Formats: sequence, C-alpha cells, structure tokens
Amino acid sequence: MKKVIMGNHAVSYGVRASDVKVISAYPITPQTQVVELLSEMCADGEIDAKFIKVESEHSALTAVVGASAAGVRSFTATSAQGLLLMHEILHWAVGARLPIVLANINRAVGPPWSIWTDQNDSLSQRDVGWLQIYCESNQETQDTIVQAFKIAETVKLPVMLVLDAFFLSHTFEIVDILEAEQVRPFLPPYSTEVRVDVEDSHSFGNLASPDGYFELRYMIQKAMEQSREVVKEVDREFGEHFGRSYGLIQPYRCDDAETILVTSGTVASTTRAVIDQMRDEGIKIGSLKIRVFRPFPFEEVFEVLSGAKKVAVIDRNISFGHHGIFFQEVKSALYGRTDIPIIGFITGIGGRDVTPTVIREIADKAMGDESPEREINWIGVKR
Amino acid sequence: MIEIRTHGRGGQGAVIASEILADAFFREGKFVQAFPAFGVERRGAPVVSFTRVSDGEIRERCEIYEPDHLIVLDPVLIETVNITAGLKDGGWIVINTNRSLEGSELVKRFNIATVDANAIAVKYGLGSRATPIVNTAILGAFAGATKLVGLQAVIDAIEEFVPLKKENNRKATEEAFSSVRIVGDGPREA
Repeated sequence: MKKVIMGNHAVSYGVRASDVKVISAYPITPQTQVVELLSEMCADGEIDAKFIKVESEHSALTAVVGASAAGVRSFTATSAQGLLLMHEILHWAVGARLPIVLANINRAVGPPWSIWTDQNDSLSQRDVGWLQIYCESNQETQDTIVQAFKIAETVKLPVMLVLDAFFLSHTFEIVDILEAEQVRPFLPPYSTEVRVDVEDSHSFGNLASPDGYFELRYMIQKAMEQSREVVKEVDREFGEHFGRSYGLIQPYRCDDAETILVTSGTVASTTRAVIDQMRDEGIKIGSLKIRVFRPFPFEEVFEVLSGAKKVAVIDRNISFGHHGIFFQEVKSALYGRTDIPIIGFITGIGGRDVTPTVIREIADKAMGDESPEREINWIGVKR
Repeated sequence: MIEIRTHGRGGQGAVIASEILADAFFREGKFVQAFPAFGVERRGAPVVSFTRVSDGEIRERCEIYEPDHLIVLDPVLIETVNITAGLKDGGWIVINTNRSLEGSELVKRFNIATVDANAIAVKYGLGSRATPIVNTAILGAFAGATKLVGLQAVIDAIEEFVPLKKENNRKATEEAFSSVRIVGDGPREA
C-alpha cells in the first residue's frame, strides 16, 4: 500500500517488515520519530518485539549487542552525539560479529549545538567496521532497512543506514509500504547456532592473545570485502521480489559525460535535476551517487569515473587537516590508474541548504579552470 | 511542478498543513513532497514549511525559494516577515484574516484569498480561543480558492493525519471551502 510518510517513519516501517525481535531506544532529535513509531507499533502488537528504553545511547547499543549475541534480530537508531557516545560499542558489535542494524540520522556535531544535517557524525565512524549505506529517499530508506538485515546476517557484520536530517528524516513523500508477510520469503526469521544460551554455556569475548587477535581482524576485513558482492546480490534479489534495486553506486547520465559530479545522500537527488538542466543546454555532464560507503566500491567507482575528463566530489563533511571524506575515498579509488583531475568541494555543513544553484556553481567551477585541485573549494562559506 | 510555502506560528499547525496538503494531492495521483524548515520551534515563533507537487518524480531536496503559492496562517506575519519573498507573479496567497484586503498592494501582483480561519476553528472547538488550530480550515480555503486540489481529497487527507475531532475538522474544512473570499476581480493567469 502506498502512503505519504516521513523519512523517519520509513525507517520504522522497514523495521516492522523485518521481523525484528529487540529494539532499544534513546531519543535524540532528529531521530526520535523512528523509535516513537516503533514503540507504538510494539504496543499495538504490529511488531512482536521487546522494546527496551535505556538511559543513554551507550546503553542503547549495548542492549542490542546483548540481544544480537543471544541470537535475535535487533535494531536501534540515533544521531550525532548519540552515535559518538556509542563509539566504543560500535567497535564491540564488529569484533563480536553481530548483525545489528542501526539507523543514524546525520546531524552536525556540537559544540555549538546543531540539530541540522551534515555527515561528520557517521563518517567519523568510518573505520570501526560497520557497513555504511547512505539513502536519498523514503522508499530507499524503508527498502534498505530490509536489505540491511539480510546483508548483516550473511556477512556477520553490523550495518548502519544513514539519512540526512530534515531533508530526509522529516520529509514526507510517497512510500510503497512493505508488510512482514511480503518480506518473509525474502528475509526469513533470523536464527544462528552461535549464540549466548543459558542451557549451553560458553565464554564469549574472552582474551585473545597476539597469537589469535590478528587473524580475527583479518577475518573482519575478509567479511567486509565479501560484503561488496553480498550487497549486490541482496539488492538484486530484493529487486526480483519487489521491483526496486539501488546498487552500490548510482551513475546518472555518465555514459558520454566529460564532467561527473560525485554525490551522496539527498544531494544526489537534487543534483540529478541540475544534470538534466545542464544536459538540456548541451553540456556533457553526469553524476555518480555513492550509496554504499563501506565497503567502498572501488572498482565500480573507477569504472564510471575513468571515462570522464574531470571529476568533482561534493562533500557535506570535512576531515579537519585533510579534505572532504568522499573526496579522499574517490581519489584513492582512482589512484595510479588515471590522471583525471579530481576536485573537492565542501558545502552544506551544519544543515546549510544545498540548492540547485549551489550545485550549478560547483559544476561550473569544476568545468572551468578556477578550481585548484589540491585545495578545498568551499561553496557558500561566509568569509 | 507546483511549489507551495506555508507560513505560520508554532502551534497553529503549519507543518502538518503542508503534510496534509501533500497527502491530498497524492490522493489525486500526484507525486508529492512536504517538509518543515525546521527550527527549534516554540509556540508562537514564525514557522515555515514546504509542499511540492508534480506529475513526475520530485528530485529537488532543498527549501523553496521561489514558491508558486503561499498559505499564511497568521496575517501579522505579513508585517514582520517578508513572506512574499520569491513568490511568483500571479501566485495565490491564501491567508487567514478577518480583514478585507481590498486595496492591498499585494493584489497588484498576486491572487489573494481570505478566510477567517480563526473564527471557524474557534466555532468548531479546534485549539483554544487564544490559540486556535487553523490548519484544517485554511486548507479548505486553499482548495476553494485555487481549485488546485479537490475538497474531498483534502478532507480524506485530514482524516488520515489528524487523529482527533475528525468530524469538527471536516466541518471546519468545508466551511472554509465555501466561505473563502477572493479579493478584487478574481483570479488571473500566472
């Protein structure tokens, strides 16, 4: 059934369709409606899950770590400061190889306090070993939750969904809502033989000496590498069931494009409207949305970008002392294989609006010669 | 694409109005999008929210700077906020006021429709006398004046989005639909 719902509720509906058994919740703007609706769904019996209220985000993630270790499908959601408070447990979930799904609504990090969007909260968790998937529409958000559980349980790594605050979390649009009965053939109920069980006691999380720890880390990396194909396969299978697929990346009008704008999140969507305008003017330009950030789709990105003459990367984030984070990743994907100029742009920090005018300015600058390749090109900053 | 910006004050229901309006257009087969310019809303503070309507997929995910039409829940905002900023010539301004705007400068460039949504909301017990919730009434007025969306679609959308006082919200919508007044000589082409 199609309904007009907000992005946060698209997350909730995705969880409802996924036969989740434990949900933990600690509220934070702009995430709160995700768990609000889930608590109503649990109370109304629409979801047969234990809903656990906790006293901090650290506990929220710890609660689902416990649940997942006990072998049940588990979910939580957060934003910004909340995600950062989870940091230690983000690592724990990976090391314990727990297939938890978490939705992070991108919110700029304080101080000063901000409730508006940018990607520094999730991208600063880049190296913890969670898969990260950036969504741009409510439909994609709901569908990706369902996909995420299947991916996580296949590779035994946790998955983080990432949504822009307000531009997605609070945006109402049409979603074809998935029902649990529909989803079950695609995503059967979760079970695992490796779990905490009071009837059959084992020790988990014990000390690993230098003789063993190294190999466990190697296996996490192997699982990450394997997850690239798993994401593709799960997405393809989802497409067979529901007629919608999203890919690791989404190229748009890139085939003969001389310039390609690399985007993520809601900016990817607005950029396509700008690409169409510029194509109408006869400009050979395209865009590439990076949907899956971890594992980074090196080959897929290289394949699309290698045909271009110039690449511009739009970052709604910054690694202080370096550059935009997507910019670094794209550069490393192309390193040593091509000499196409890659130009980095930073915009939209702290919820600053990224309008078609802003994107057009970036495109024009990228096509001209005025943008130095090694420096950061700040768009819209007041100096 | 039609872009509509709604201006109100925290507590009047401006954000929900933009969502209900999107849902009403959805019921008539359109692609829709609605979202608030989210501030740290407090009761009484100026609030802005947005609705996009299109025959095709909506890609723009940013605020609306050049709206086709405006919905104004508090007439005092005209004096305090530059609400007509970017409004396209020939666009509608559907405004909650008990004053006649005959002779207003705005009439030269825009189509103006007025409705006393405060009185209608109070009559049907929506909100309090001091802070009536006028969003359902103003949407009835929007449908009545602009004819861009049908009354039934608006009523059905309200039914979906407003859990309380369903009957009174419907009556308020219908009364605003039929009592909305178009200022001047009536609508002109955009």
